[in-house]
Amino acid sequence: MIDTVVIPLLKIVIVLNATLVGVTYMVLLERKVIAWAQSRLGPMRVGPYGILQPIADAVKLMIKEDITPVRADKWVFTAAPIISMVPALIVYAVIPFGPEVNLFGRQVSLYVTDINVGLLYVVSVASVGVYGIILAGYASNSKYPLLASLRASAQLISYEVAVTLTLVSVILMAGTLSMVGIVRAQEAGHVWFAFVQPIAFGIFFIGGLAETNRAPFDLPEAEQELTGGFHTEYSGMRFALFFLAEYANMIVVSSVATTLFLGGWLRPFPNVAALGFLDFVPAWMWFLIKSFVFLYIFIWVRATLPRYRYDQLMRLGWKFLIPLAIANLVLTGIVKVMLL
Amino acid sequence: MITPTHYMLLSAALFVIGVIGVMARRNIIIIFMSIELILNAVNINLIAFSAQLQNAIGQVFAIFVIAVAAAEAAVGLGIILAFYRNKETVNIDEMNLMRW
Amino acid sequence: MAEAIAFYVIAAFILGFAVLVVSTKDTVHSVLFLVLDFLFVAALYVLLQAPFLAAIQVLVYAGGIVVLYLFVVMLVNLKRPPEAHQDPHRRTKLGLGLAAAVLLELGAILVYTSTRPGTPVAAGGTLPVTGNTEQVGWLLYTNYLIPFEIASMLLLVAMIGAIVLAKREL
Repeated sequence: MIDTVVIPLLKIVIVLNATLVGVTYMVLLERKVIAWAQSRLGPMRVGPYGILQPIADAVKLMIKEDITPVRADKWVFTAAPIISMVPALIVYAVIPFGPEVNLFGRQVSLYVTDINVGLLYVVSVASVGVYGIILAGYASNSKYPLLASLRASAQLISYEVAVTLTLVSVILMAGTLSMVGIVRAQEAGHVWFAFVQPIAFGIFFIGGLAETNRAPFDLPEAEQELTGGFHTEYSGMRFALFFLAEYANMIVVSSVATTLFLGGWLRPFPNVAALGFLDFVPAWMWFLIKSFVFLYIFIWVRATLPRYRYDQLMRLGWKFLIPLAIANLVLTGIVKVMLL
Repeated sequence: MITPTHYMLLSAALFVIGVIGVMARRNIIIIFMSIELILNAVNINLIAFSAQLQNAIGQVFAIFVIAVAAAEAAVGLGIILAFYRNKETVNIDEMNLMRW
Repeated sequence: MAEAIAFYVIAAFILGFAVLVVSTKDTVHSVLFLVLDFLFVAALYVLLQAPFLAAIQVLVYAGGIVVLYLFVVMLVNLKRPPEAHQDPHRRTKLGLGLAAAVLLELGAILVYTSTRPGTPVAAGGTLPVTGNTEQVGWLLYTNYLIPFEIASMLLLVAMIGAIVLAKREL
């Protein structure tokens, strides 16, 4: 009873709360990092060095007036931000933060569950997240959000193909679809998949930027384009939910990239005994460090690169990334059959 | 105890609801969606038997059904869009260009 | 026991949402009910010990095909209701009555045959791999390789056909 109900429930509560707190502080982290990249300081007033800024932002958004357009479809208008947020949260059920540890005399695994189609679950849940964007634009009953949402969802489903093809080459290397199995395969091969499949890693990173509508692919939500994109008509807490959903998606992409390409909870060079002092850092801390590095690179790219135009974006996705991903998959298959 | 008969009854009910959708609605997109309901009913039946006989062949068949449904949806929606550009309607009772 | 409760709940949702798909006047709402229907069918597949197919159902059907339907619905959303014009030769009520009769007949056949001893069906031979995904993959790549390749050709042809049909000028 305790093992089947109480412990998973506790894990779910911890993971969800940690995610939501992490998402809220991502807002502050982004503002600070972009500020430092632009030689200024970012939010400094609220709390020491601006630490309490996200709380001020949350309070502000909650007390703002909640406007619904007159002829908007009420149910769909309310449901769209929720549909955007929920897939980003439920992916955490399969992400492994660490191996089994001994807590209070019990063997507890540091992941909520390990289903044997874990990676397929991640991809299918991410593909349902597109609905939030389409419905947000449709339900607003005004032409700019509708056009922006069609553009954004076309961008998302185009880059989904390239990302899924890179994931297939990772599955080919690991031989299993389960996320824990992929980390164990990297442990057994003594090498992170980022070094074995550099092209796949690059395509996954670019596709991840495009999937989460992050710069330089953030055309659907830039203020200079289509007057604010698909969330133009949203205000107050619903708008906050869209932004939180975007940051939650960013953290999800970072976590999945860490698990698949950067070795999950393994320390760097797990087979080199000379670096044994690195074992003092617990496994889940390695996972968080690698995810954090990935998130930092996301924000760094946003501060640095200019925005892609829409036709350039679609051309990059369809004519460059998808053939490259297919070529990588064919090459992986050939190498796997010939060498093993 | 849930026997395959339960799943077959569910599949038959879903099938008949899909057929009613194809017959009674005039919006062609709703008709296409009812066809997808029919295909799903067939899939439920296949997978229920695959679970009973412990043979994965039912699931292989269901994968082929899903692939064919995807192909049919893509081409069908292309036809709808091409027709809509010419005649500006999605009501099948008005799609009578080839009638006598 | 838990399986029975899960089956009845999921089956009620599947049939409920299917009726809503067929009877809603607003097309966008109909598409959304279809998505929910497919998600519950995926839950039913998980109950039937087919997790691979459940993930494929969500990924392809709910996340791909229905997105396509939603795009087309938004592009052809008209101001005047598309159900306004009706062909006078339609006999909708007769069709509904016949469909109800077919459902009753199917139900009767199923209930009747479930009480009779069935003919034993030879279960398939055991495959050299364990695990649902591995078994499906094994069958697809050994016994059913030719239908697999034909299905891929079919999808290629459908892709080309859809692009040609939807282009503005050839």
